[in-house]
Amino acid sequence: METENLTGVTEDIKRKEVVLSNLRQAVLQNLDSSIQTDQFLLNMGPQHPSTHGVLRVLLDLDGERIKRSVPDLGYLHRGTEKIAEYRTYNQIIPLTDRLDYVSAMANNYAFVRAVEKLLQLKVPERAEFIRTIVAEVQRIVNHLFWLGTQALDIGAMSVFFYTFREREELLDLFEILCGARLTTNYYRVGGVESDMPQEVVDRLYRFIEVFESNIKEYNTLLETNRIWLARTKNIAVITGDDAVNFGLSGPTLRGSGVPYDLRKFEPYGAYDQVEFDVPVGSNGDIYDRYWIRIEEMRESSKIIRQCLDKMPSGPFMTDDHKVSFPEKGQVMHNMETLIHHFLLVVQGFKVPPGDTYCGTETPKGELGFYIVSDGSGKPYRMKIRAPSFVHMGAFDHMAKGYMIADIVTIFGTYDIVMGECDR
Amino acid sequence: MHPTAESLENRFSEVFLASRESLGDLSIYVRPEGALELFRALHDMPEYGYDYIVDVTSVDYPMDPERFEVVYILYSISRRHRIMVKIRIPEDNPVVDSVVGIWKGAEFMEREVFDMMGIQFRGHPDLRRILMPDDYEEGYPLRKDFPLVGKGWRDSFSFVPKFQGNPGVIEGKPGGDASFIPS
Repeated sequence: METENLTGVTEDIKRKEVVLSNLRQAVLQNLDSSIQTDQFLLNMGPQHPSTHGVLRVLLDLDGERIKRSVPDLGYLHRGTEKIAEYRTYNQIIPLTDRLDYVSAMANNYAFVRAVEKLLQLKVPERAEFIRTIVAEVQRIVNHLFWLGTQALDIGAMSVFFYTFREREELLDLFEILCGARLTTNYYRVGGVESDMPQEVVDRLYRFIEVFESNIKEYNTLLETNRIWLARTKNIAVITGDDAVNFGLSGPTLRGSGVPYDLRKFEPYGAYDQVEFDVPVGSNGDIYDRYWIRIEEMRESSKIIRQCLDKMPSGPFMTDDHKVSFPEKGQVMHNMETLIHHFLLVVQGFKVPPGDTYCGTETPKGELGFYIVSDGSGKPYRMKIRAPSFVHMGAFDHMAKGYMIADIVTIFGTYDIVMGECDR
Repeated sequence: MHPTAESLENRFSEVFLASRESLGDLSIYVRPEGALELFRALHDMPEYGYDYIVDVTSVDYPMDPERFEVVYILYSISRRHRIMVKIRIPEDNPVVDSVVGIWKGAEFMEREVFDMMGIQFRGHPDLRRILMPDDYEEGYPLRKDFPLVGKGWRDSFSFVPKFQGNPGVIEGKPGGDASFIPS
């Protein structure tokens, strides 16, 4: 009796299983014909904390893998190049602050160098040293900011607090120099806006002394972090040939083993009077680019120390009064000086006709200015070669085949700033 | 004459127009037709070796019959030399060959030139606007006849001063926004 009942139950179960499996088959067949389950399009941005601004990327995904990505730029386009055609050269310097607002000093430097090349202007020795020191301080500030935010993007939060501690000290020095922390407007065509006070020199010496141990501190936080290593090693690999072909520059290019550094290739400022190395990676992955930026901070502090040691005394602004403003004390007492001052403000200084391209090694890469002058006080055409914009051109190539979570680290590895990318 | 320019003139006599050296920069002027072969030689031949593309940009000279100038800035990492290649094209047929097949980095640069100056690149894989919105129809912002202020949606606001006369008039002088008269 019992066994008969049991066999009846098992047969019932078997019958139901057959019905269910038929049903499942039918559902799956229907699914296959109606929806794609393995591929979809994802919109990322423009409002996303990892994009460091407003960047939108369309991702074509296969599961979690990226098949194709299409960056959509222009959300921060302010028409700097158009505005520049209507401004005198001195009025453009504050506009360049707003390009890459993380390293404003480097942008100022790139612009004034291009104008000086057109004017064939010689800058006093002390000014060159001040400019080099400030540019290298800016490089450290930029890399500290990058290190903190890159680690934060990946999930290592504590590094951020340490790097911003040092960054704050350096921004205080900028504040002493020019009164501003971020949009500095410190460089001038023919020199700098004000002399470097002794307090800044002393504090820089003190900063460099302890900075080496600070870098070690960041390293201990990251180099033993297994999650951080797994997310940076062998991610977003690009070969040296491809990197050159895409026009990448700065640490992003040097991570792939190409020693292209304008400070060495076309020395400017005081770079030919100091000794420093250009760190070069080998794998071309995110970890190598991290390592290069860490090493660049060490090299920068070496450059700053040598420049501080060698800094000559003398004027910090050129005495060519075609471009430099007359002394303020004179302006109030001398009619001709007042007229001169007035003309420089209203018309700007005249730049001889011609065109030139001048590239500068900024923390993010090669920032170049192509300026066409028609002989007036305003540029006829100004083109900004922004490293972030060029790097975005290689984004699809570098993101292809990696996971969706790696997108965040790839943005970070470019050190992207949208103000510069969209101009 | 710079040796590079000289060898280019000998090799591409029908494309090469002139060369100029100023402020330490070498510029060469070439015809739009056949320029692609010259670019390929600049990239491939070890004698030139311009493997790095710095920038592609453009300049507008509205009074010139050949209105636009497309400027390619190339760099040779092995030779440490920079060259500017310039191509003049007229307004009614603003087309040049795309160099994306040679330097992949040129893709975004050429898209920007198209977006800002309206120059077409033949053979470009994805020639769309890049900085301006995709549906932007007001023209090309960096042309000299495009006014600095007062065109487009903003101009339809009742409290914004209106243009007097034809906003498309070319002033000839750069930086002159004399057509802007507040009412």
